Amino acid sequence: MGFTLSNQQQQLSKIATGNGHGENSPYFEGWKAFDSNPYHPTKNPHGVIQMGLAENQLSFDLIQEWVLNHPEASICTAEGAKEFKDIANFQDYHGLPEFRNAVANFMGNVRGNRVTFDPDRIVMSGGATGAHEMLAFCLADPGEAFLMPVPYYPAFDRDLRWRTGVQLLPVACESFNNFKITRAALEDAYEKAQKANIRVKGLLITNPSNPLGTVLDRETLKSLVTFINEKNIHLVCDEIYAATVFTQPSFISIAEILEEEEVECNRELIHIVYSLSKDMGFPGFRVGIVYSYNDAVVNCARKMSSFGLVSTQTQRLIASMLSDNEFVDRFIAESARRLKARHAKFTVGLEEEGTTCLKSSGGLFVWMDLHKHLKEPTFEAEMALWRIIIHEVKLNVSPGSSFHCPEPGWFRVCFANMDDQTMEVALERIRNFVLQDKEAAVVAMKKKKRCWQSSKNLSLSFNRRSRFDEVMMSPHSPIPQSPLVRAT
Amino acid sequence: MCMLSRKATCNSHGQDSSYFLGWQEYEKNPFHEVRNTKGIIQMGLAENQLCFDILKSWIANNPDAAGFKRNGESIFAELALFQDYHGIPEFKKALTEFMSEIRGNKVSFDPNHLVLAAGATSANETLMFCLANHGEAFLLPTPYYPGFDRDLKWRTGVEIIPIHCTSSNGFQITETALQEAYLEAQKRNLRVKGVLVTNPSNPLGTTMTRNELNMLVSFVDEKGIHLVSDEIYSGTAFSTPSFVSVMEILKERKCDENGSQVWKRVHVVYSLSKDLGLPGFRVGAIYSNDDMVVAAATKMSSFGLVSSQTQYLLAAMLSDKKLTKNYISENHKRLRQRQKKLVSGLQKAGISCLKGNAGLFCWVDMRHLLRSNTFEAEMELWKKIVYEVRLNISPGSSCHCTEPGWFRVCFANMSEETLDLAMQRLKAFVTEYYNVPEVNGHGQNSRLNHSRRRSLTKWVFRLSFDDRSPIPGR
Repeated sequence: MGFTLSNQQQQLSKIATGNGHGENSPYFEGWKAFDSNPYHPTKNPHGVIQMGLAENQLSFDLIQEWVLNHPEASICTAEGAKEFKDIANFQDYHGLPEFRNAVANFMGNVRGNRVTFDPDRIVMSGGATGAHEMLAFCLADPGEAFLMPVPYYPAFDRDLRWRTGVQLLPVACESFNNFKITRAALEDAYEKAQKANIRVKGLLITNPSNPLGTVLDRETLKSLVTFINEKNIHLVCDEIYAATVFTQPSFISIAEILEEEEVECNRELIHIVYSLSKDMGFPGFRVGIVYSYNDAVVNCARKMSSFGLVSTQTQRLIASMLSDNEFVDRFIAESARRLKARHAKFTVGLEEEGTTCLKSSGGLFVWMDLHKHLKEPTFEAEMALWRIIIHEVKLNVSPGSSFHCPEPGWFRVCFANMDDQTMEVALERIRNFVLQDKEAAVVAMKKKKRCWQSSKNLSLSFNRRSRFDEVMMSPHSPIPQSPLVRAT
Repeated sequence: MCMLSRKATCNSHGQDSSYFLGWQEYEKNPFHEVRNTKGIIQMGLAENQLCFDILKSWIANNPDAAGFKRNGESIFAELALFQDYHGIPEFKKALTEFMSEIRGNKVSFDPNHLVLAAGATSANETLMFCLANHGEAFLLPTPYYPGFDRDLKWRTGVEIIPIHCTSSNGFQITETALQEAYLEAQKRNLRVKGVLVTNPSNPLGTTMTRNELNMLVSFVDEKGIHLVSDEIYSGTAFSTPSFVSVMEILKERKCDENGSQVWKRVHVVYSLSKDLGLPGFRVGAIYSNDDMVVAAATKMSSFGLVSSQTQYLLAAMLSDKKLTKNYISENHKRLRQRQKKLVSGLQKAGISCLKGNAGLFCWVDMRHLLRSNTFEAEMELWKKIVYEVRLNISPGSSCHCTEPGWFRVCFANMSEETLDLAMQRLKAFVTEYYNVPEVNGHGQNSRLNHSRRRSLTKWVFRLSFDDRSPIPGR
């Protein structure tokens, strides 16, 4: 009597019933594994530690302190309430002028005030997620394409393609030269598109890179600008991790390149995506920004921003916070210092056991090289290893294949979304896994020659496992499991 | 110059419509009670500014909710990090309970079937992405909210086919009009995926009758298509007949029991922008009984989530049942009074309107003031009203009304004094322009014959060039 599934599917759109949302990717699978068994130092010490979420949780104390000392920044306190009506009523898609001014000011600060940003070119969006989709709608028609260097953030497949019909074409980058974006690779990708009759409308880069954590050097940035200018295609620069750069080489924004004298470029091709989700640690506030040097794009994007404006309550808070230059300078410096310390602790800890990561100077994660632990240099082996890491080592990390990495064995591991003690636990688990894996390799080798050795080694690894369990009973917790999120 | 997308370069954003042009004129010369008394009074913006005092007083008495605190402890970090597209559970629970309360608790809503969106703008667009493919169509009764041209069509590629409603029966939807619209779509080779209605109606300011709702449900059931009911004004139904939600109709028809599956194809859109007067906070929602729609819409909500800061504040506010009860009834009372004031002011100017019982506006009949029964004449009159009378109201053509001469006039976004002034200006305009005697309170006015009206038109134009304003100063 009821409709069959195919009938139901016909009732809905292809977009709704297809897989374009990309949530079948292992990137999200790991999240689900964490959600069903989340680590807690006392309540669930054997749970999965979340290392797949690029969040910046190291500097909230600074922000909390600021919020407490500035009650007027909230429209709901006694100090700020007189503005409640005007703010709650304000739905102009230009955004509160003080918000745009503060964001422009902050973006300049983050870039060491080497460049300034025009508040009138700032367009709001529903996070960087909304910003990317919006730009795709503005710059490309269905079937047209953006070039994207690999590896790249998995959700771009959803953000840029799902509802827009735009395609993403990979630009090959390899580990032998640290995944540098080369002119040759760009040309190659472009030519492939031409041959396949796909019109390329732009190139999208994330700088600092997710998942690599590296920054683009000046020469590379210039060569990108030259390339897009020659081809007359757009360049979208996602600079969402701009303030997470904690050491040399430092961050160079595309905005700086445009100011260089010898750089010749049609500025109307350049667009920046930004957000406060990573630099400030505010993903819940949904503050996304599109900054375009192209007036027509600013106009169009502004109209489209109706679909994802920033809550004026939040605009007001952000405007207040980010115009406090003294606080901003202090925050940026301290946040970078803490990220540097955490990154160092993590990478040094890993290196002690012979686990290396790509050398990086920013981001909230490391790009870990585990190819030694692959049974064979294939993506199937990478998936098998990943499942061991999730289900046995109990760490949610993100496999390189979900980032479209062309080489198996790389994993993105986040380090800024937990406290020191949890990080120690995670490190210990990794160390133990690495050791066990080495031992297992030795055992396997020896087993070929002398079978009777195996029981001794098993008891050795058994002892190691109980030490493993002790370590996991760390009493300190990161942010306690949020009662706001009820695991189902 | 590099090409942008077709979406970027076309007009489908709908902002060339007079609806938005009037806004722009207002922006250039906005009325202010003290600073710019000759400015344009904004009557084209459906905002609810009548009950902020109630919300402000609640906030003053509930500092925790406002200040990122729970039991005095800061939860700033938790909120700042919360980006789960399922939303804060307490917020969705409070919102669904509020929606129930507005409907007299005759229906209940399951928070698991509620999807948050960045305003009704985003909710409507998301539903289109879920329910229709590029090139497919939705039927909408006219007149309808001008923003739908952007929200439903622009980026989705969905088409709107109008269901023509006329003043002959108070603009109610008839079976004939529905069938005609459906046939029109077929003639144009467009696959109809559903019907979208706004109930209470924008711009009519009326609630849909039980008859209309039943007819719609039967229609979409028979055709196997969707019904989207935008109930954004559900909390503004201030007088009888009372508001009936399509969800009530489904319940009465026991739709979830008889296996027809139509209940899965009825979806409700909601928002706090009108009922609570909080358009700046961007709180919208989609409610659907179809799990696949909920799943898809939830994923799509990534493009426009509600700020966790706002979710938290409103969760606390809407969970306070004393507040919601008081707010709903006080809101009705104040809207009713204010609407009455507008209607009587219009009557004094010899202008009548559609009898309305909801919304933040009246659907005003100025057909008798048109030079001719054409949209050109409507535009002419509208321009006079914007530039000479200095009132920004919305012409019916911008709402796709099929009959010229109707205007949407908002009443809840200004003070009483400003409304009084607007009515005075209007009355003076009608009196001078049409050279009619003072009208009595029963709304009688005499019509001019065409030739006399034409010469008057020339006279008024000369007057405006002579810099003599018909509008009394303050």
